[in-house]
Amino acid sequence: MEGRRYIPIVLLLLAAVGVQLTLSACDAAYYLTQLTMSLYYAIVAVGLSLLMGYAGQVSLGHAGFFAIGGYTAAVLATRNLAVEPGAMARALGAMGLLLQREDLYGQTIVYLSPWVSLAAAILLTSAVACVIGVPVIRLKGHYLAMATLGFGLIVYYTVLGAPGLGEADGFSDVPGFRLAGPLEVNGRSAFRVQNFYIACVLAAGVMALGGNLVRSRMGRALRAVHEGEEAAQSLGIHVARAKFGVFLLSALIAAVAGFFLTHYNGGIGPSEATALKSVRYLAIVAVGGMANLWGTLIMGVGLNFLSLRGAFGSFDDAVFGVILIAVMVLAPEGVFRRLPWPFRRKGGDDAAAA
Amino acid sequence: MSAEQALQYCLAGVTVGSIYAIVAIGFNIIYNTTGIINFAQGEFVVLGAMTAISLHTVTPLPLAVAGAVAITAAAGGLIGAGLTRAVKRPTVLRLIIVTIGLSIVLRAAVLHIWDEKVRALPFFTGTEVSSVGFFGARITPQALWVLGICAVTVAGLTLFFRHTLTGRAMRACAANRTAAGLCGIPVGRMVTLSFTLSAAIGALAGCAISPVTQTQYDMGAPLAIKGFTVAILGGMGNSLAAVAAGLLLGVLESFSICIFPLAYQHAVSIAVLLAVLVFRPSGLFGSRDVSALKEH
Repeated sequence: MEGRRYIPIVLLLLAAVGVQLTLSACDAAYYLTQLTMSLYYAIVAVGLSLLMGYAGQVSLGHAGFFAIGGYTAAVLATRNLAVEPGAMARALGAMGLLLQREDLYGQTIVYLSPWVSLAAAILLTSAVACVIGVPVIRLKGHYLAMATLGFGLIVYYTVLGAPGLGEADGFSDVPGFRLAGPLEVNGRSAFRVQNFYIACVLAAGVMALGGNLVRSRMGRALRAVHEGEEAAQSLGIHVARAKFGVFLLSALIAAVAGFFLTHYNGGIGPSEATALKSVRYLAIVAVGGMANLWGTLIMGVGLNFLSLRGAFGSFDDAVFGVILIAVMVLAPEGVFRRLPWPFRRKGGDDAAAA
Repeated sequence: MSAEQALQYCLAGVTVGSIYAIVAIGFNIIYNTTGIINFAQGEFVVLGAMTAISLHTVTPLPLAVAGAVAITAAAGGLIGAGLTRAVKRPTVLRLIIVTIGLSIVLRAAVLHIWDEKVRALPFFTGTEVSSVGFFGARITPQALWVLGICAVTVAGLTLFFRHTLTGRAMRACAANRTAAGLCGIPVGRMVTLSFTLSAAIGALAGCAISPVTQTQYDMGAPLAIKGFTVAILGGMGNSLAAVAAGLLLGVLESFSICIFPLAYQHAVSIAVLLAVLVFRPSGLFGSRDVSALKEH
């Protein structure tokens, strides 16, 4: 029954259709905007769950990777190549990789196709993840946590301090991202419904990728690393390579989510790169059950949606701190101890949640 | 840069560096008895300073500082006692996550009890203008207070850990918890005590530095990461080396603003942290073999 593993994915998409139809019928389609944003944040948490839950490696720097993706999108989409086009810009134009739009004042802006900047974001994130990840992923426990926290803070201070990156204001005039035909990642209300589905499909893709990874040889290797690195090594697992692989994948997932959300929101600011945002992803993974991708996705969408709706008021950050403590004290395995069958993990990996 | 200017930068660095050293010693005390890195260490500093500022509106300064240290120490003790009892099957990952959660909650508590305004204690003695000359540079009376408090704290802790029964019991927990327990040392009480002590010196540092750098609710995280950098630089658990490392980092950071814009001042310290973690995780003064043994 190979196809059975995709049943939850199909259910996710059916649930998305149900939610959209209900909300549109109730004349409450504006909820879809926050749900779309929550989905992108939840995708980051799912990526972090692969690293933290399955491989047992803490990262307090995922907001940094999210920001790298988002800022790449913002910088490349707002740079006007019509002003003094260099040889590079002309070559890109000849290849049809430049797009045009008009800004508020009717001025024509020529900018790089977001497909190219998506590739650039992936390359840049991979490069940064290599430079940071190769030495840092060897560290254990506290040291790894502090090192990734340090990385996240460096990204934060860089976007806050660099004049080319908008400093404290960030970017606010990022255009939409035309995917194909009428499909466009864009926050305007005319695009609301299709963007909800775009985010759902992206989330479903990440879930399928994550689910397959977890069940693969690589996933079993990661769980072995979590249980005991020496033991894993003695079984012939290349521990450093396995850990770095999942670190890179999870960084890329965060960056891609950041890239899409920046096009959707039409901008990004330094607040996306703070340590508090990284802790938020950590809290979502913890409450979702660490090694539980579906739990993480559900909690990620739910908690971020409540947070974006302002349900936590001025206790927005404190809530996530309380969640971290409460989960570790009361339910270290997360709140989804027993899931209904299509979401249930194949037996034996409960120990990985420890 | 003239010699006087360089000396002035040095003095500024040494002042801030001694605060980093005290925060690092706070990390060390808890790490030694429990093996936990307390991510909420920086919040103790902020909590102490804020409490003192509020108490100072009704009591004289020495009493306010003493009260703040006592209150923060009590809060630290409660956290320590609760932390180790509440978390079942404590793994490193779980304890890290709990102290991260604590730091967020404490920060939010400070924000709600006080607010986001920048506050400061007055100078312990003298004022901003009553600085004294020092080989052509100027040094404020508060900087002298900070240095003095750092020196007294380090000396006091050294004596405590070497010459009192409680201090020795805490060191025994560090060396081998199981063996310490078998010898009749109440390990749980030592853990509580280590959090109390660590919170107390954090609060004292917060009060001492508040007139110089001022205090805001979100200062905890950068202080914690710099304190941790210093603790690692000196070699985890080694308090005297932490002082040397603290002064070094303070001076380095102070001179970094000649080269990099002020906005990157924090980033310089963090780059130092990453470099030390990667290249010399045992610290500048530690030996690799000893730290390899400590891992287990």
